[in-house]
Amino acid sequence: MSPPAVTEPSHVVLNEVVRRYEGPPAIHALGSIDLVLRRGEFFSVVGPSGCGKSTLLDVLCGLVRPTSGSVQFEGRELRGEVPDGIGVVFQEDSSMPWLSVRQNVAFGLRTSELSQKEITERVDHAVSFMGLAQFSGHYPAQLSGGMRQRVCIARTLVLRPRLILLDEPFGALDQQTRLLMGDELLRLWRETGATVMLITHALDEAAMLSDRVGVMSARPGRFIDMVETGWPRDRDSRIVSDATFGTVTARLWSSLRAESLKTMGRAA
Amino acid sequence: MSDISLENALSTPTSRRRIRAFDAVVMTLLMLALWQAIGSWTKGVAVSPPLQTFVYLFGLLRTGMFWDHAAATLAAFLLAFGLSALIGLALGLIFGIRRFAGEVAEPMLAGFYTIPKVTLYPVVLLVFGLGMSAKVAFGVMHGLVPMTLFTLGAVRNLPPVLIRTAKVLRLSPGRTMLWILVPACLPDIVNGLRISFSLSLLGVLIGEMFSSQRGLGFLLVNGMAQHNVPLSTAVVTVIVVVAIAANTLMLRVGGRTARRPNP
Ligand SMILES: Nc1ncnc2c1ncn2[C@@H]1O[C@H](COP(=O)(O)OP(=O)(O)OP(=O)(O)O)[C@@H](O)[C@H]1O
Ligand SMILES: [Mg+2]
Repeated sequence: MSPPAVTEPSHVVLNEVVRRYEGPPAIHALGSIDLVLRRGEFFSVVGPSGCGKSTLLDVLCGLVRPTSGSVQFEGRELRGEVPDGIGVVFQEDSSMPWLSVRQNVAFGLRTSELSQKEITERVDHAVSFMGLAQFSGHYPAQLSGGMRQRVCIARTLVLRPRLILLDEPFGALDQQTRLLMGDELLRLWRETGATVMLITHALDEAAMLSDRVGVMSARPGRFIDMVETGWPRDRDSRIVSDATFGTVTARLWSSLRAESLKTMGRAA
Repeated sequence: MSDISLENALSTPTSRRRIRAFDAVVMTLLMLALWQAIGSWTKGVAVSPPLQTFVYLFGLLRTGMFWDHAAATLAAFLLAFGLSALIGLALGLIFGIRRFAGEVAEPMLAGFYTIPKVTLYPVVLLVFGLGMSAKVAFGVMHGLVPMTLFTLGAVRNLPPVLIRTAKVLRLSPGRTMLWILVPACLPDIVNGLRISFSLSLLGVLIGEMFSSQRGLGFLLVNGMAQHNVPLSTAVVTVIVVVAIAANTLMLRVGGRTARRPNP
């Protein structure tokens, strides 16, 4: 993985992206979306359930083609394939039940040309980074849902992706663990310098972790608000006691309230 | 095997192993007692009692005749089972991957599975004639469908997120197959093999009973026809012991490949 020659600051560019699912019933799931992810930024997406967040992730990493519009990653247009340099952690548990924790994490590097020593180092690091060192010989069936999700994160980390996409990775965790994992995620983001897009349903999590939060409307998902948090790069979960934190969360909620009511089938 | 079982709740880990062994012994003794009871009750007309059977069996095992028949059955069975397993695996993979083909094929296969296949036996004889090929064909008729259905089901139940993971990790189709599809489906494939094993053996034996001069199936029917009850009982005993041993072995292997969260 050589560092990209591109120096322009926009890492990912989405241009009038629309995604429809052919029915029946045909569903207009997403867009139109115009979005620029800046290189190295921590971007979060919040939005009501079913608004198209996971669909956005699929399109953004090249897993599915947009129905119309274009996606560029590092200056190159995606054509229905996931390019090198993108790591994805899906909303669903994607650990492999027939592999141990360690083997799961190493799975990401099976095709890599790195030396065995380098592979071992990366796997060891990712396993302990995600707090799984004591479980490296366990199988997914022996882990909790949150631990399995961490296995999937570790499997992505060993690849050292330049863009990391996470779809509600902490959905199965309690609030305390969530805050701590948030800190880990920030540490990771700072250490690797990667661009991160985090999908979450927790407004406080988005407010605490991100440089910028995109608020999506009810389906078909469009961005109805962009909130810059203005946090310093060197931050952790303690900023929840910062006065601005309340302001950011309140703004997110006021943008989302009406949309969430819509998805519940009620008037605002 | 789940940890939250009644069995585990009522025992400690150390006692569990002993309980299992105890259960196995008791079950075996019960079977033998039942066997003995049926033997004495029918006065040895239908079934010869265990002791007499085993004595007869040891004599039988020393004859070349028995091993000739056993070898004939083994050859037919291996061929039938091998064909069932390979063709069933291939068909199951194709029908599983090609959704549409699978949707057409599955109900047909399931329908065929429920037909008592003995009713098709005259047809098989007409096509294959007497002898080896008819036995094998009959074994395959029994063993092929379950293997196909199990493989098809396994492929179809593959969690889509694993395929998405393969794409994100930029795996080639071949590697996706080898590293994800096959291991994910392995527990079901082993189960398919297990069922296919039993049924293709059954098919071969039935084939031998009806239309062959060789094989354990023939020996069994022959024993009955000649009122040689110890012979037929001994042959059944051999078949049962071999089948149970093979089944146990495959259950073990299957258990080892299955490490899924929710079976
Ligand atoms: N494969 C599919 N085929 C048809 N419709 C789909 C498919 N996947 C998603 N949809 C529809 O697209 C819409 C957006 O789905 P998506 O999974 O992107 O929502 P989401 O924002 O991630 O929801 P959640 O917060 O519950 O995860 C949903 O209304 C869903 O019904
Ligand atoms: Mg989602």
